[in-house]
Amino acid sequence: MKSKLPSLPYLIWMAVFIVVPVGLVLYFAFTTQDGTFTIENISQVGQYTGVLLRSIWLAAVATVICLLIAYPLAFFLSRTRASVQRTFIMLVMLPMWMNFLLRTYAWMTLLENGGLINKFLGFLGLGPVQMINTSGAVVLGMVYNYLPFMILPLHSIMVKIENTTLEAAQDLGANWLQSFRRVVFPLSLPGVMTGVTMVFVPAISTFIISRMLGGGGNSLIGDIIELQFIGASYNPHMGSAISLVLMVIVLLCMSLFNQFDSSGKEGIYS
Amino acid sequence: MKKNRLFKRVFSLLLCLALLLCAACPALAEEDGYEFDTTGVDYQKFRGQNVSINVYNWGLYIAEGEDESMNVCKEFEKLTGIKVNYTNFATNEEMYAKLKSGASKYDVIFPSDYMVGKLIEEGMLAELNFKNIPNYERYVDDNFKNLEYDPEGKYSVAYTWGTVGILYNTAMVEKEVNSWDILWDMDYAGQILMFNNSRDAFGIALKKLGYSMNTTDKDQLKEAADLLKEQKPLVQAYVMDEIFDKLGAGEAAIAPYYAGDYALIKADNPDIAFAFPEEGTNRFVDAACVPKDCNNQEAAELFINFLNDPAVAYENFETIGYSSPNTGALELMDEEEKADPVLYPGDKVLESAETFLNLDDETNEYMQQLWIEVLSDDQNVNRWIIPVFVAGAVAVSLFINVRRSIKNRRKRYEK
Repeated sequence: MKSKLPSLPYLIWMAVFIVVPVGLVLYFAFTTQDGTFTIENISQVGQYTGVLLRSIWLAAVATVICLLIAYPLAFFLSRTRASVQRTFIMLVMLPMWMNFLLRTYAWMTLLENGGLINKFLGFLGLGPVQMINTSGAVVLGMVYNYLPFMILPLHSIMVKIENTTLEAAQDLGANWLQSFRRVVFPLSLPGVMTGVTMVFVPAISTFIISRMLGGGGNSLIGDIIELQFIGASYNPHMGSAISLVLMVIVLLCMSLFNQFDSSGKEGIYS
Repeated sequence: MKKNRLFKRVFSLLLCLALLLCAACPALAEEDGYEFDTTGVDYQKFRGQNVSINVYNWGLYIAEGEDESMNVCKEFEKLTGIKVNYTNFATNEEMYAKLKSGASKYDVIFPSDYMVGKLIEEGMLAELNFKNIPNYERYVDDNFKNLEYDPEGKYSVAYTWGTVGILYNTAMVEKEVNSWDILWDMDYAGQILMFNNSRDAFGIALKKLGYSMNTTDKDQLKEAADLLKEQKPLVQAYVMDEIFDKLGAGEAAIAPYYAGDYALIKADNPDIAFAFPEEGTNRFVDAACVPKDCNNQEAAELFINFLNDPAVAYENFETIGYSSPNTGALELMDEEEKADPVLYPGDKVLESAETFLNLDDETNEYMQQLWIEVLSDDQNVNRWIIPVFVAGAVAVSLFINVRRSIKNRRKRYEK
């Protein structure tokens, strides 16, 4: 009992700021304005299926891109000297010292038709490319903002893969593809899981990126939830219902992903 | 070691001196105090009693001492000894949600017309005691008393007012702009900005159709939504404050926005012009109110009275740029400001303008529903996809688990 004492502050924090709010979301989602039980709110969420699918799709694309960019970087970084690693990790974290909103705002001015990127393209004689207010810009915003959350867990797990392990694989006759597939990747899987979770979950529920970079005309599910609270009609019940559905979907996606992981691991070790 | 300590001491001494100087400087600058009209009101009533009020206002909606303007909250604190905690909101709905949640108490809030109506209807505003607000009688223009949203004038004191018009870049728009039609003009596809706010967007569409902005007729609202959907391919982005950047930089050519912000955008880009649509537009009033659930109503009323002091109202007008309903402030303005056709348009514009009223919950919900449809660009997706996905995910994870446990059992058996 004594040994658990130091974790008490967080347990209290969790109870007050995580468990209670989730309970409130549940309560609001299943009640009407006058507090009686209903499943009307949940069934109403169906009308936002299109938006929900779009959000899942964009978040998934952003997650895959993040993984593709971060994985090789994290691997090669983990093979370098400690001082190089420190500098690189600093550089990865550097954008996070600035406020999230400001960074997204900056992308807005970069991507605009008269923005810096298009000015540069014009300088090279290439016509202005429509970049702002597209789905691509939204994905870009997500990748940019959440990339550090992919790199950091991947890096910290890959540092633990010893060079001797790789050498052993090579000694036993594995080429680089085999040693990647059967040694590096399985060992780095926990980092991949963490990274994917930390990118996918915030990406699916973002609302400010789609408004600033997507032009506001292609709402994501986060925008719709926000509208339920500060839109023309104040409807926390509907907002909670959509949030709840979103939570369930994310939870299912994550647990599905986790199960593939553990079954895969067994395949390797058995 | 010793040297280091000495250095530290000198350093902290210098720091103290610098801080003192910093603190003293503004005090010196404020020597030339302002004169306030204190007849009929006892500003000293709460001095020394450690009273504070929470003021909840729009962002950038009060003079805060920048560019040699008056710091209104500071001056009020000096005059009365009442401490002002000043916080901001961005939309009426945000303010409403905050107020409704009851998480924090506010003493003075600044809702717009229709929101005042809604708050009155829901019994969330306190009846003002105008004995504590003599400046209301003295300086607030009669045209801004007993307006539709507060017909008996019991709950609100007009703070600012303005209209919605069309801002456009004369270097990019050659056609004459005098109608909402320009926002639906194919020639400017991709250069049009639109309100990212259902009430304002529907207001424009309804006016273009010749209906009232306060209609509760579902067919009319549906028609307006269809019009907004028709406009969507031409719209570059749905924005609010981003308009300052986008229009100022020439990224977009046309946008409807509040008249009070025109001067700011024009200062950035002199090509921007302003026009009133002949179909009529929206006239809004933002008013100071006191929530029923406040800390100190009398102190709040003193603050409202202070805001209506001509000197204060004038300073606020200069900072905010929105039209002022205060006759005392109007007298302090120079001829050019008084004759500004954007801020003080003639009766012709004002007569055809409409003020938003509070709509019933059903209409609000319906409008929100339509607005989401406009924004989310729904292709007809099957509603069952999500439930099927959920069921599928559960099935797959069940399958994996079952298979794994069978495998494990077999393995144990083999051993």
